[in-house]
Amino acid sequence: MSTHNCDSCVAIAELERMGLKLDRYDRVVALAGNPNTGKSTLFNALTGLKQHTGNWPGKTVTRAEGGFEFNKVRYKVVDLPGTYSLLSASTDEEVARDFLLFGRPDATIIVTDATALERNLNLVLQVLEITDRAVVAVNLMDEARRKGIEVDVRSLSRDLGVPAVAVVARTGEGQHALLEAVDAVSSGTVVTKPTRVTGTPAFQRAVAELVPLIEAAAPGVPNARWIAIRLLDGDAQVEDALRTGRLATLADDQQKQAERFSRKIALEGAQ
Amino acid sequence: MTSRAEAADAVLDRAATLRDTLHSGFRDEAVRSIFGEATRIARRAARQVADRGFDLDQRIDRLVTSPIFGLPIMALMLAVVFWVTIAGANVPSAMLASGFFWFEDQAFAFFQGLGVPWWINGFVWHGVYKGLAWVISVMLPPMAIFFPLFTMLEDLGYLPRVAFNLDFLFRGAGAHGKQALTMAMGFGCNAAGIIATRVIDSPRERLIAILTNNFVPCNGRFPTLIMLATIFVGAQFSGVFTSIAAAGAVVGIVGIGVVFTLAVSWALSRTILRGEASAFTLELPPYRRPGVMRILYTSLIDRTLFVLWRAILTAAPAGAVIWILGNITAGGTSLAQHTANFLNPLGQAIGLDGVILLAYIIAIPANEIVVPTMLMVYMGTTQMTDVSSFDDLKELLVVKHGWTLLTAVNLMLFSLLHNPCATTILTIYKETLSKKWATIGALLPLSLAFLVTWMVATIWR
Repeated sequence: MSTHNCDSCVAIAELERMGLKLDRYDRVVALAGNPNTGKSTLFNALTGLKQHTGNWPGKTVTRAEGGFEFNKVRYKVVDLPGTYSLLSASTDEEVARDFLLFGRPDATIIVTDATALERNLNLVLQVLEITDRAVVAVNLMDEARRKGIEVDVRSLSRDLGVPAVAVVARTGEGQHALLEAVDAVSSGTVVTKPTRVTGTPAFQRAVAELVPLIEAAAPGVPNARWIAIRLLDGDAQVEDALRTGRLATLADDQQKQAERFSRKIALEGAQ
Repeated sequence: MTSRAEAADAVLDRAATLRDTLHSGFRDEAVRSIFGEATRIARRAARQVADRGFDLDQRIDRLVTSPIFGLPIMALMLAVVFWVTIAGANVPSAMLASGFFWFEDQAFAFFQGLGVPWWINGFVWHGVYKGLAWVISVMLPPMAIFFPLFTMLEDLGYLPRVAFNLDFLFRGAGAHGKQALTMAMGFGCNAAGIIATRVIDSPRERLIAILTNNFVPCNGRFPTLIMLATIFVGAQFSGVFTSIAAAGAVVGIVGIGVVFTLAVSWALSRTILRGEASAFTLELPPYRRPGVMRILYTSLIDRTLFVLWRAILTAAPAGAVIWILGNITAGGTSLAQHTANFLNPLGQAIGLDGVILLAYIIAIPANEIVVPTMLMVYMGTTQMTDVSSFDDLKELLVVKHGWTLLTAVNLMLFSLLHNPCATTILTIYKETLSKKWATIGALLPLSLAFLVTWMVATIWR
């Protein structure tokens, strides 16, 4: 495949859909977002799979996985259930939250609805509490235009501290720019500074005090700061996960998997 | 491990102490600050530049979710979908059936000519092949029409409106309003409907939704309902009214299913799953133009062929079992007849007969094959050759086997209410991880089916 770069080229030129071929991948990308914002449509566009899409919130309740290759990098995409928040106890929110925390994706695409940006940003801010490596895809731009809504993605990018890209998942508009942003964030060439809601000084002190304790109790835990916030909030599920050691084992498992994977890559590279 | 547990407890203690030092409103404050931040960022990034103009979406929504027209429009849409399905499937079904059965006769004669022993030849062609031929000709045309129509409504964004319209009923029954969504998914497949209950937060309401999902007929049961409605209800009328009346009967059955869903939800939420209905927000998404190719793909490949394949996988062995039962004789009567005779008193008590119950037992793996199984047992016992049209079918059932309108009505009710198929029961187990709930999920509908059909039969007589 030639790698000439031109702006007029369609995104497809460098995108190779790999469907379910997931045996080897270099990076993991998660798709998060509110229900019915087009995550599954984007997932299908990227992977060439035919994940069921439907115009109703809550359609995806399990996570779906697929693969694609962009600029010679192989990605595994995980389509998470759509949620309004990450704070409640329903199964779909748990699936999404657990993956963001313990799956440690190399990048998370947060898909938002351009026609209801304010509501969507609530979830964006919550996801940014968990992960640094995020790209905001402002989807459904066609519907927004029809409704006379203009979205300034540069302003959004600046305010959120992570790249924001305008897309229309159904037609492929903006897909190339989105994938470049994903590439930059997941490879670390672009360092993000996600906005974090700070809270009162007393709250900040409490969080700062808990973080080292959590790291000691569950070594290798991905985001101790977020766990600390949830513990202060009295999240029974997170408390339980810490007490039963699930937190530690989950982090452990993910680490082992990553190690096995790099060993495999190293071996294959040596051949 | 112990040191880890101790460390965890230490963290939790410290967190509890720190929580006390924060003033009580900090939690709301945190949520409020996220909301405030979201509002600020959104204001800066998004602008309403042009007038929204005429908002068609909102006009349509006012109509389809209106307290007066909402429910009638819904029933009417359902009726239209069924009518198109029934009217459109009739002819291709009959054509497929006569084609398949013609081939069966030719093949049987051909291999007989080659000197293949009758029991191998009969087993293959009159057993396995006939089972497959039935399933395909009865199921394929209705599914190939129904699924694309249903997928189109789903893609358009109509399902959340259905949930909106039915919300007050579910809340009244102590169940979650989103149960209307999972119920709608059950029309496709009850196992899929049960997986869809994950959108319901509260475990109590989710269990209610799981246990009652069976009361909407899945596509495996639709062909049964459609066939019975056509033969027994539609045939009372003539011309165009045939299919309209049949569609009306199917809508009626679905309506009864919804009533049972609500009634059982109500009963559950007042007995073993006591509690209040919880509040939730439901977004009414904008209407979107459905993608034709995607609809065809989803509905034909993902749904129709998937379901058909599953039916074929179970129909072939079932056809074999029936052929064996019908051709091994003990004391002059076949095993099938013996079993049917044994079940007959129970069948008669609920307005059905032994053969129908036998068919339901053989069809536990998949509901799709109930009718073919039943017909094969009937045909096996009366030496009737082929049934290629609905008229022949009526002749077979009414004249040869004494079916009445009561039989048809009770069979529709039994089909609507009886236990879910093995796949669904397994799904209930996987979703609840409890043998108790899986058992209840199977036995509750089954006993209800017996109770209701027995009551109808008793009152009727």
